[in-house]
Amino acid sequence: MKAEKKKRIVKTIRVDVDKCNGCRACEVVCSAFHASPKYSSNNPERSRIRVIHEPLRDIYVPVYAGEYSAAECAGRDKYTIDGKDYDECAFCRASCPSRPLFTEPDSGLPLKCDVCESDPPLDEPMCVQWCLNDALVYEEREEEVEEEAATREELETGLESLANKYGMQKMLDTVARISKKG
Amino acid sequence: MRFSETGFNLEIDLSTGNVERVETDPGLTELHLGGLGTNARLLWDRVPPDVEPFSPDNLLILSAGLLVGTHAPGANRTIVSTISPQTLFMAYSMMGGFFAPELKHAGYDKVIIRGKSPKLTYLWINNDKVEIRDASHLRGKGACETAELIRRELGEPKAQVAAIGMAGENRVFFASIEHGRSSASRLGIGAVMGDKGLKAIAVRGTKDINIARPAEFMEFCNGVLKYIEVRDKKPVPGVMPILAGLGSPQEMKLIDEEWHTTNFMWGNSRTRRRDFWTKEIEEKWRGTQESVRKRLISCHNCPMKCGATISAPGVSTYMMKCFSKLTYTMAAYSDLDFGFRIAQRATEYGVDAYSAPQVMAFGLELREAGILSEQDMEGMPSDNEGKFYWLLDRIVRREGIGDVLADGTYWAAKRIGKGADAYAHNNIKKHEQLPLKLGMLNPVYFLMYSTGEKSNITQIEGQFPQAPFATKEEREDFVKDWIHVPHERFKQYLLDWEFRGERSNPYYPTVEMSCEIVDWQEMMHYIDDALGMCAGLSSFPLKPPYHVHNYPQIISAAAGIDIDEAALTKITRRNRTLVRAVNNRRGLTRDDERPPEDHWKKRFPELEAKLLDEYYKFKGWNKRGIPTRESLCGLGLDDVAEDLAKRGMLTPEEGVPPPQGSVG
Ligand code: SF4
Ligand code: SF4
Ligand code: SF4
Repeated sequence: MKAEKKKRIVKTIRVDVDKCNGCRACEVVCSAFHASPKYSSNNPERSRIRVIHEPLRDIYVPVYAGEYSAAECAGRDKYTIDGKDYDECAFCRASCPSRPLFTEPDSGLPLKCDVCESDPPLDEPMCVQWCLNDALVYEEREEEVEEEAATREELETGLESLANKYGMQKMLDTVARISKKG
Repeated sequence: MRFSETGFNLEIDLSTGNVERVETDPGLTELHLGGLGTNARLLWDRVPPDVEPFSPDNLLILSAGLLVGTHAPGANRTIVSTISPQTLFMAYSMMGGFFAPELKHAGYDKVIIRGKSPKLTYLWINNDKVEIRDASHLRGKGACETAELIRRELGEPKAQVAAIGMAGENRVFFASIEHGRSSASRLGIGAVMGDKGLKAIAVRGTKDINIARPAEFMEFCNGVLKYIEVRDKKPVPGVMPILAGLGSPQEMKLIDEEWHTTNFMWGNSRTRRRDFWTKEIEEKWRGTQESVRKRLISCHNCPMKCGATISAPGVSTYMMKCFSKLTYTMAAYSDLDFGFRIAQRATEYGVDAYSAPQVMAFGLELREAGILSEQDMEGMPSDNEGKFYWLLDRIVRREGIGDVLADGTYWAAKRIGKGADAYAHNNIKKHEQLPLKLGMLNPVYFLMYSTGEKSNITQIEGQFPQAPFATKEEREDFVKDWIHVPHERFKQYLLDWEFRGERSNPYYPTVEMSCEIVDWQEMMHYIDDALGMCAGLSSFPLKPPYHVHNYPQIISAAAGIDIDEAALTKITRRNRTLVRAVNNRRGLTRDDERPPEDHWKKRFPELEAKLLDEYYKFKGWNKRGIPTRESLCGLGLDDVAEDLAKRGMLTPEEGVPPPQGSVG
């Protein structure tokens, strides 16, 4: 497929870890927003943002759920910032088999931040709205990008790897459960 | 489906190791909401008055309130209830942080602990899997340290832990349960946990909490956050800084401590230092606070930042909130740096930061007065601060004189004799109070101090200003957006309240007004304690986001029980009356309801008697402070009335059932 120049809105959530007070309101509201019907339940475990916090080491890092990864990385990252050692993978957004982060608690399926996609669209994502401490700030900017639609093949590989990991039946059950709820 | 609550309690018998998940009766939620309300019901039903605090039959209940685990901002309180070793009455203490929401997500509204384990244990609640685990390797460990060790050994960094330190293990009468930045400190709850051989409870939960009417509920939650944002920018003028905003008193944020240090008493609640606060002190304390405070932190789902991570050179990092910053400092006539340092050790030991410093200052007074001898204090260092560390170390181990002092000032004075009781001068119901000594009696505060079942002023005061505003303009300005009053006439009470003259303390607010004002303030606390709402967003600060007018709808939308203001008022009265009945059955009467003799310089015995008489009447209690049959039956507490009558606690007329149809 030929690449085309296209304008698109890049949605950014700026995370200021210094302002985070560890309240987990972002987790609460994200899970409530994605419940179906909307706001009918809450469970931070289903949230697409998790606050990695270790109060005694003064570590507070809100992390957004990114792409699903079928296998864990071969090399791991470990950061030291301002004299504080962060745990392995602390900043990684992937839903990955190496850790229990960003997976649905009952199905084990991966979670991903969708920037609160909804119709009509929200002024600001819910986690940003509920973070009164401005640790999360929403920004939109326009960018010119070379748009390449995901090919069918890529999508299929994605599904296949999910099925490999979780089993086809479990995936189908979850899809059935989600569509029933919706 | 149950809404807003899980519908299950976890029953643990530590004597037999039996663990049971028990479905609760939804009818009880309609009668009591949850939290403190249902805790009181459990204590009434299952802990008869002859059960001693340290009996295996005493229950230790850790309860999440009804709204905990929902999206309601600030609903995160664990309400811990048991029988207090110090007052011998019902103890309840609320702790913030993250424990209660985690418990709800694990699928339980309460953990109810009975029996005693012969070995030190801890509880690991991981959703449906519950284990009683050996804790012998944790004996003597600090409370925060224990939490870290447990998280590590379980490999569960997200587990929330409530633990006791050495004070709880050794049954110090003012031992606390610690949970990170929060604690259930008052009334010796940690001692009961220690007596049961329970070092800690760790919990992890990944289940949903359901909301009955989601869209409506969410609108209220958004409204609460909007209100907080606006209110935050509008501190109440004309009151001291800690009372101007929302949240618990903002001790971690604020540097200006003029009000506390010049109005509260130093030492064993002895000396007022009117000239203490100077520019130099302010600069010095600013330096101390800013250098040790790493970050302001909050509790689960709350935008306020009432706590802080504290890291003073040479001592481990810990978390602090509220007034504990000053209690050690002031008890020792020392400075803030000492306060931050000793509080670290005290937090690891797990002691109540109100009682502990006062008990130590009391011990030193007794030594100075020659009532305690040099031998009693053998080995005590000679420097002032060193004495406090030394005493703290003895108390939590119950070593030597520490064993006596570990019972608190009231019981220690009894054991010591030789006139020591004159030095235990700051107690209500055997429990140490904030170090405040004032001039003129305030009738509202007289009633709150006397009758508050929690024996802690901050757990009953809040909605009505503590003192009149100086000018008419200020008053008019204050009442303008005072939507919180249960009735318009409360505004008039405030508008007419003055510093001097006819309409001033102690005769104004009048007896009738005082009853209403106290009842309103207390009601707000009882609602919060049933819901698990932080008082810092509701009953404690002036003009909070939650109040008696929006609560009924919020509760209805979350829990799907339809209540209006009248119904909520009645539930609250039921809970409040039940707590009183639990205590009456354990011997509480009017004789116990007195503030310290020296709390105010100017006392008015006749007025005080009248205040109590009228307030009791207002509450539906008899002259001895015991609920009448009529009021009990009116609240559907017929079985309680029956029991009190059988025990001869109601006089014959009060014991007679009311004529049909006279109560609603
Ligand atoms: S809502 Fe904001 S302050 Fe609270 S935990 Fe999330 S990022 Fe941190
Ligand atoms: S932007 Fe929306 S979906 Fe993403 S983490 Fe925040 S609340 Fe959740
Ligand atoms: S107001 Fe303060 S104490 Fe209350 S829940 Fe919020 S942070 Fe915690």
